[in-house]
Amino acid sequence: MGGAGRDPASRPAMMPFRFCKPSRWAGWIVSAAGVLAAAALSAQQGPYTAADVEEGSRLFLANCAECHGPEGNAVPGIDLGHGRFRRAYSDDDLVDIVRRGIAGTAMPPGAFSNPQAAQIVAYLRSLAVTAENAAVAGDPERGRALFEGKGECLSCHRVNGRGSRLGPDLSDVGQFRRASDLRTLLVEPGRPLRPENRRVRVVTRDGATVTGRLLNHDSFTLQMIDAREQLRTFQKAALREVAIEDPPPMPSYRGRLTDDEITDLVRYLVSLTGVKESRLP
Amino acid sequence: MRSRTRALVLATAVAAGASVQAQVTFERLLRADAEPWNWLTYSGTYRSQRYSPLTQITPQNVKNLEPQWVFQSRSLEKFEATPLVVDGVMYTVQAPNDVVALDAATGRTYWMYSYRPSAEARPCCGRVNRGMAILGDLLFMGTIDGHLVAIDAKNGRPVWDVRLARPEAGYALSVAPLIVKDKVIVGTAGGEYGIRGFLAAFDARTGKEAWRFYTIAGPGDPGRETWAGDSWKTGGGSIWVTGSYDPDTNLTFWGVGNAGPDWNGDDRAGDNLYTCSVVALDADTGQLKWHYQFSPHDEFDYDAVQVPVLADLRWQGAPRKLMLWANRNGFFYVLDRVTGQFLMGKPFVRVNWAEGFDENGRPNRVPGKVPTPEGTLIYPGNQGGTNWYSPSFSPRTGLFYIPSWVNYSSLYVKRPQDFVEGRPFGGGGARSTVPQGLRTVSANYRKEDEGYGAIRAIDPQTGDLKWEYKMTDFTDAGVLTTASDLLFSGGREGYFYALDARSGALLWRFTVGGPVQAGPMAYAVAGRQYVAVAAGNSLFAFALRE
Repeated sequence: MGGAGRDPASRPAMMPFRFCKPSRWAGWIVSAAGVLAAAALSAQQGPYTAADVEEGSRLFLANCAECHGPEGNAVPGIDLGHGRFRRAYSDDDLVDIVRRGIAGTAMPPGAFSNPQAAQIVAYLRSLAVTAENAAVAGDPERGRALFEGKGECLSCHRVNGRGSRLGPDLSDVGQFRRASDLRTLLVEPGRPLRPENRRVRVVTRDGATVTGRLLNHDSFTLQMIDAREQLRTFQKAALREVAIEDPPPMPSYRGRLTDDEITDLVRYLVSLTGVKESRLP
Repeated sequence: MRSRTRALVLATAVAAGASVQAQVTFERLLRADAEPWNWLTYSGTYRSQRYSPLTQITPQNVKNLEPQWVFQSRSLEKFEATPLVVDGVMYTVQAPNDVVALDAATGRTYWMYSYRPSAEARPCCGRVNRGMAILGDLLFMGTIDGHLVAIDAKNGRPVWDVRLARPEAGYALSVAPLIVKDKVIVGTAGGEYGIRGFLAAFDARTGKEAWRFYTIAGPGDPGRETWAGDSWKTGGGSIWVTGSYDPDTNLTFWGVGNAGPDWNGDDRAGDNLYTCSVVALDADTGQLKWHYQFSPHDEFDYDAVQVPVLADLRWQGAPRKLMLWANRNGFFYVLDRVTGQFLMGKPFVRVNWAEGFDENGRPNRVPGKVPTPEGTLIYPGNQGGTNWYSPSFSPRTGLFYIPSWVNYSSLYVKRPQDFVEGRPFGGGGARSTVPQGLRTVSANYRKEDEGYGAIRAIDPQTGDLKWEYKMTDFTDAGVLTTASDLLFSGGREGYFYALDARSGALLWRFTVGGPVQAGPMAYAVAGRQYVAVAAGNSLFAFALRE
């Protein structure tokens, strides 16, 4: 029997989703790159935020660095900073080791909650990405010019306070995404997978359609950032339709940029490592 | 008729509130439903129906329900405890193991006792506690480092403290104990560490162990033959949800957790008794009277850690003493609780690992539905069709209410696994079949076809779904029903709500600002009915606007 107290309109409708304006299509395509990079890495690397890494860094330096060193390589034969672990298949395994230690070794259990342990893992993963990305060729300034000019990336993306908030903010993409994966995904994209980049389209009772990026939804309400970058909440009972959809797939970037241009673009992207603390002179 | 009952209950409640606080005797526990202003055991009564006879809050006036007080814990662990209420005093546990006594009407603290668990404690899935038991003037709490502690209910001082098992080997206590007569019955978690699980009973006055029942059949036990080689030594079989008690047969019933390693049964050929089973033990001796195994040779982490719900109903025309059970494995069961006989099994959510049962109630396995190195798609997924969250049975509506995960699946992966004491002993894992959001952000991006949480109301006579209340996200919340035909529950979305228990219609909701990961309960103080539930890191008490 049907559920009570729920608006039947909250059932997702099978409506095609259109988010970026056609003139911005090229920008939208690039916007999917970050999304896709995440998809490729998802098997081994959980999705983390810059705040996770920062908190993980704090926890690691306060609790782990005494033995492992700030770079994670102070214990002979153990290097935590390059994403290769002898005892862990997945991030969940790593979380487990952080929390419970390794019996029969000097590695003690840590008094961390699961989210705290995941933040430590986020920090270790970011160390690994940073290590690979430090060796990328190309010119970051030329890459930035491509990103902001010919690539029209800012029409969907945002970097350090400039550009659109509707696609993923790439200000710290270099902390999470390996250069090799970014390059692959620019030229051989697949389907995006990260649900936090999902789109939503709602139709209000009076027929108005509003589209945006889905921020959250529950049985009664829905939160989005709409196409004009306004934060909005809707009562589902006041909606005729709700459609949650993945962003459109990205066509290949191959041929749209030269190999050298892609190298520069990747070099620029990996240089983006987030907001750093300002130091007064 | 109903208003007269209500008046009577309230008058009695007022009288009780005015009386001197009396000790909690076993006789009071046996007749807990005769004092509905109290909540004396984890599930309310020995029948574990999580059903309150209180009727002041009704479907008509529930819209006037308002928070009366909030207890903010100083803990970021999951708040899974169901409080006890004894004559106006509430006792609960701030995770992992801080006992709190509050005035149940104002939420003001009388005392707090902070137990400091050993650094060796390693509970698999959160440093949590689900509640306590009370007998006489003593509260009983299991700890995450494998201890059972008795605490003076008046001043919060520990009276005795016994260690049941070694925390460094993965043993941990998260379950609320159960009192039967003069004994405290409790069991151990640790099913992800290759423990050998057990239930044990302790003299409530002294802490002396009276009996111990191993949930893993070892040498000399019936069922030893269901474990290949020495695999019984690391067989798991944890206990982490409170059992029930039937005074007519003097049997206590407990659900047993998964076998170890969780996802790889290669080295433990056989049914692996008594994992994923309900066991019926003589409460005086711990002797096994009967068992029923829901998931023989489990490789899906389908712990049978559900509260055994006891109900006396007509079954095929004759009165019968029944046990109602919605299992993590996706099936709803009806058992005869005197004999353990399997009477019915029917899926309450999508199930693809088994199809029907043989005449003994053994599930017919679907070929090929086993974990593999590549991953096998199984419904329900690793968290189950339901899990430890308390269901409810209302004797008035005759319906059984299940916090359910609908259309939920996992990819089950098998890997080689060596046993190292104190280390996770999983033998694989379960991957999500839908995209996962940011680990540390609680936003919900889920589409309905990716699974959803629901309250499902089942007719126990047929197993048929009578109604469903859908949420957009999953739920870890228990269910409470009341004699005014209200149902209270919540979910991961951070709402606490009331439904019409007959129709499933939503009648009231409140934003508690964090996931409900505990069972609601009801009590009364000075004639005023409250409903309390933990959500996020706080405990909320609601009552009608005055």
